[in-house]
Amino acid sequence: MKGLMTVFYKELADHFTSWRGIILFITVLLVSVFATLGPSGAIENLRQQLATPVQYGVGRFAFLYLFTTSGEDMPSFIWFITRFLVPIVGIVLGLDAINSEKNSGTMSRLLAQPIYRDAVINGKFLAGVVTIAIMLTTAILIVSAIGLAVLGVAPGSEEIARLLLFWGISILYGAFWLGLAMLFSVYFRPVAASAVSSLGIWMFFSFFMSMAAVSTANILAPLSQTPTTAELLSNYGIQITASRISPIMLFGEAATILLAPGARTAGEMLQLLTASGALWMPGPLSLGQSLLTIWPHLATIGGITAALFAISYIRFMREEIRST
Amino acid sequence: MSKLTEQLVVETVDLTKNYDKTTVVDKLNLRIEEGDIFGFLGPNGAGKTTTILMLLGLTEPTSGTAHIYGYNSTREPLKVKRITGYVPEKVGFYEDLTASYNLAYTARLNGLPEDLVTKRVNESLGTVGLSHVAEQQVGEFSRGMKQRLAIADILIKMPKVAILDEPTSGIDPEGIVQMLDLIADIAKEIKMTVIMCSHQLYQVQRICNRVGILVNGKLVVEGLLDQLGREALGGGRLRIEVKLTEITSKLIDCIKRISGIVSVERSGDLLLITCLEDLRPKIAKAIIDANGLLVEMKIQRYALEDIYRKYFREA
Repeated sequence: MKGLMTVFYKELADHFTSWRGIILFITVLLVSVFATLGPSGAIENLRQQLATPVQYGVGRFAFLYLFTTSGEDMPSFIWFITRFLVPIVGIVLGLDAINSEKNSGTMSRLLAQPIYRDAVINGKFLAGVVTIAIMLTTAILIVSAIGLAVLGVAPGSEEIARLLLFWGISILYGAFWLGLAMLFSVYFRPVAASAVSSLGIWMFFSFFMSMAAVSTANILAPLSQTPTTAELLSNYGIQITASRISPIMLFGEAATILLAPGARTAGEMLQLLTASGALWMPGPLSLGQSLLTIWPHLATIGGITAALFAISYIRFMREEIRST
Repeated sequence: MSKLTEQLVVETVDLTKNYDKTTVVDKLNLRIEEGDIFGFLGPNGAGKTTTILMLLGLTEPTSGTAHIYGYNSTREPLKVKRITGYVPEKVGFYEDLTASYNLAYTARLNGLPEDLVTKRVNESLGTVGLSHVAEQQVGEFSRGMKQRLAIADILIKMPKVAILDEPTSGIDPEGIVQMLDLIADIAKEIKMTVIMCSHQLYQVQRICNRVGILVNGKLVVEGLLDQLGREALGGGRLRIEVKLTEITSKLIDCIKRISGIVSVERSGDLLLITCLEDLRPKIAKAIIDANGLLVEMKIQRYALEDIYRKYFREA
């Protein structure tokens, strides 16, 4: 336990004092500020929506809409978090966690100390998760502060609860990307290989998965010239199912449902991201119902994360560490 | 002192390691006693590093056991690592952190209380002569400095045993001598048993009292350096070279009469004497008694290289 805490503190200190950590922090700050305050950021859009609250169902959860509203040319805060910020932070923190220590010869020295071997991998993982948590806290607080200062809307108790839950699942989501990056850093000796592998997976899910989902749906349930409602529904259903292979989609849906209580089913996420509330339901879901809807998503992300970490853990524990 | 009362520092029993059917270490029985500076020799790929990894519990033996101070390396690796300092062959430090930070990390991993950390770090850096660069980043260090830092790193835990894998690789000749003397001094001062892996023979000869030669995973020979040398050079005999101004047969007879002399040969103006022990004083006296004029007398020093070559060829 003492070994774990020693590794944890050292890694945490590294994350916060290294150039890598500082650049990540600057990125988080810039994204948070630009997504909300940017020339056509959320604030601008939200001002107009607040003027006509009934139409968009914004009224009760005005504060939360700060996080989900996109501007004219600027995607919303949760878009950044889902697609870009959390994956990048997770990957960058974990991509050389194990192999760089092997390459620099510090791993042999580390493992010659009287600590259990898993203290190394656990401590590194924990330090990464805590760093992600701190960065997310910063980001959410910045957006909240801007909302309070510029819009003058204060959050209600349910909004705070939803934000806290969102914070929690974002950390879980970050842990997924961290776990993925660490898995490759256990398996691949060159840092370039582990970096390219995890970034490649991120790029695939981020940019190509939606296209892959659309083509899968079109092959399995082709649409006629004038599609019937049944055709549309089955095509759309396959599209959603296929895209849920991607953890980005899973988290995106879960986050949207938490922060936009107007969303009724997970599938509406797609409209949410594209048509900005065209299919908005007037009556928002209660917090309990929202949680019920996203529970499968969270279980899946949590399960994948645990599996990724378990594979890295077992491999690392059984591995023979040589200094050359 | 009987062998039974002496604590065995390292003991392996039929230690074996296979990698995909190739045997890297083959039924190794190694015994190292307290206070030894043990030179672990062998060509590249002989299985030295694998043996060390098994001693430290960093890799599991296929069969057999390894013990350090009675602790089973496979089952009680933490106890072994608490008393064993290990300098791996390509030792590395966190290059963007300072020397003292690197050592403090080691100290904390060893569970040293916080008030002892700084003290121990400063002492260790002082011992290896790196106090003046304590707050410099290790990335700025030369290879030799890093090797000395590695020694300081194991001193942090005040080990009873130090296992050094090629501690002098990549250092300039002068640095090597300093490094070896440093290791020998420390070993004497804190009564640390040292196991030094190397294929550079004269280095081993400089500080080691015992050597073991590992070839193809087998310990082909092991013992005190003096003994091995004599065995390598003609069955435990010594050779003495005597240079005289004039060699007479009377003189040769006088020398032959000394007990312990095996043979006396003449080669030019030299006499080559083979004897069972170091008889130089008696030979000198015999020559003077026979009115010979002694110019020079040399005892032929065996070199570790002779030992090494002999056993290496046999294996």
